[in-house]
Amino acid sequence: MTPSSPLLRIAGLRKSFVSPEGERKHIVNVPEFSLEAGQQLALRGESGSGKTTFLHLIAGILAADAGTVQLAGCDMTALGEHARDRLRAENIGYIFQTFNLLQGYSCLENVLLGMAFGAGMDRAHSKAMLERVGLGHRLRHFPRQLSTGQQQRVAVARALANHPKLVLADEPTGNLDHKNAHESLALIRETCRENGAALLLVSHDPGVLGTFKEVRDFAELNQVLQEAAP
Amino acid sequence: MTLALIVLRSLRQHLFSTLITAFSIALAGGLLMSVWVVKVQSQATFTQVNAGFDAVLGARGSKLQLVLNAIFHLEASPGNLAFADYEFIKQHPAVKLAVPIAVGDNLRGYRIVGTMPEFFRDVEYAPGKTFSLRAGQLFNPTAKEAVLGSFAAEKLGLKVGDIFHPFHGLVYDEKNQHAETYTVTGILASSNTPVDKVIWIPLHGLQTMSGHDPKAATDVSAVLIQLRSPTAGFMLDMMYNKQGNRLTFAYPVGAIMADLFSKISWFDQVLTLVAYLVALVSAIGVLVAIYNSMAARRRDIAILRALGAGRMMLFGAVVLEATMIGALGMVAAFAVYGVTVAVVAAVIRAQTGILLEAWSYNPVMLWAPAGMIVLCGACGLLPAWKAYRTDVAENLAPIS
Repeated sequence: MTPSSPLLRIAGLRKSFVSPEGERKHIVNVPEFSLEAGQQLALRGESGSGKTTFLHLIAGILAADAGTVQLAGCDMTALGEHARDRLRAENIGYIFQTFNLLQGYSCLENVLLGMAFGAGMDRAHSKAMLERVGLGHRLRHFPRQLSTGQQQRVAVARALANHPKLVLADEPTGNLDHKNAHESLALIRETCRENGAALLLVSHDPGVLGTFKEVRDFAELNQVLQEAAP
Repeated sequence: MTLALIVLRSLRQHLFSTLITAFSIALAGGLLMSVWVVKVQSQATFTQVNAGFDAVLGARGSKLQLVLNAIFHLEASPGNLAFADYEFIKQHPAVKLAVPIAVGDNLRGYRIVGTMPEFFRDVEYAPGKTFSLRAGQLFNPTAKEAVLGSFAAEKLGLKVGDIFHPFHGLVYDEKNQHAETYTVTGILASSNTPVDKVIWIPLHGLQTMSGHDPKAATDVSAVLIQLRSPTAGFMLDMMYNKQGNRLTFAYPVGAIMADLFSKISWFDQVLTLVAYLVALVSAIGVLVAIYNSMAARRRDIAILRALGAGRMMLFGAVVLEATMIGALGMVAAFAVYGVTVAVVAAVIRAQTGILLEAWSYNPVMLWAPAGMIVLCGACGLLPAWKAYRTDVAENLAPIS
């Protein structure tokens, strides 16, 4: 990655699935997209518009049909699955709408696992991350023993535990009430800023989108939606 | 470290299933080791125990019956032989030592056997070991005195100085009490041989017990023989068994018992096969337990994959989890084994006087746990393949 090149650069990215009826269904067709290091960008999009698939492609969870996803100078689409897993573990933090905490693990262990597959587990750093999100007194608690707002904070700590260059947030406030959503969003943005991580957040909630200076319409990015529009 | 954390948390998360499955492994593994050790040890012990004698001379009949009766004190006597027969073989140049015994009485089910004092003085029941008294002294061959084997003394609650009435026959019947009384003069130290469960009295005392046939008052039930050389045994075998037709010369004692075990080896094989099948079924239980929980695990697997865990790591985690269940079960299997063998050993001790050594080393204690753990690990391969194939995106619902 040269000093001037963006953190994330996407070109000609396509993804389709075969429906149960046997019909090929195009989900994502993004000709071009980029994100600078430390940038915070919100994507506006309705449910079912392919936002999650787009994030999964960026994270390397899904393999693209065509196109390139360059993250920190590495072309994700040219890598094998093992290398994509490694790249994701080292560079990406993922915050899910349903938090996706591991129920059999304590808060501390959830955060430890956030860095386990990258640089390795660092107990002191995990504790510090949980203290940063206000859960220093809940280290040994299990997710089921926490409120939804607290669970989301654990998810934020986990996503940032591996010092990611990029944090992907998929409707991160979708399961929270207004007050918790506001606090959680502020926390995500602050911690990303503190850790120097870029943030790409997708949401359909105007309240969330309104807090971002930079908001882009996913329908503008995704040619599939444009082609489907009346 | 990460792999260990994932495996340990998964075991804890499915704790009930883990414990039940490990328990079934413990039962199966314990059973397998018990069957094996009891089989091997009883065969080795019964073919090695000869109470220090090479051969038994008795009435014409089965060699096995003769050995079981005279050495193991289990079977009925095939009949008597004349005292002259004893005196003849005692004088035979090929015979180092000949000790007569007479059976036919009991005390509350424990056999009373008549013999001569040299049985306790001149016989090594195992290399370097002779019978010794734990308490008291040997009986006077002309008095109504008795020396008790340690196990019989313990079970009958008799001690030196106690007096008892013998009962006629090998099976206890309170109506068959003899008029004579015998005084306990000594208790033998434990030898872990059939001698321990016998009440020993002078040969003459048993021969002349009230109610016994006066015409057989000098007969003996068998003669226990030590030979000067193995070739002497084959010579006497020829003389008594092939050329003669009045007496039976049972030689060698170990081979006769080995023959018994070879005749019932099919039973051993069936028992061992059942134990193997139980072990296999319990290992398949590991497969079923983990496989059935895979639906609930898919989300966790998808989350771990999203965090960067590779497919091979999660495949390994499931195999390791199955292996751990097997290892946990086999640790507990030693407790099951200990209890099972203790019970079986107690029964064998009560029936034969022979003590099995439950915790003496047997290779099965290594290969059974190792085999069972490997088998459990192998049973983890199918659910591990399912974990390997888990679709991450599909299991990270909801999709927006």
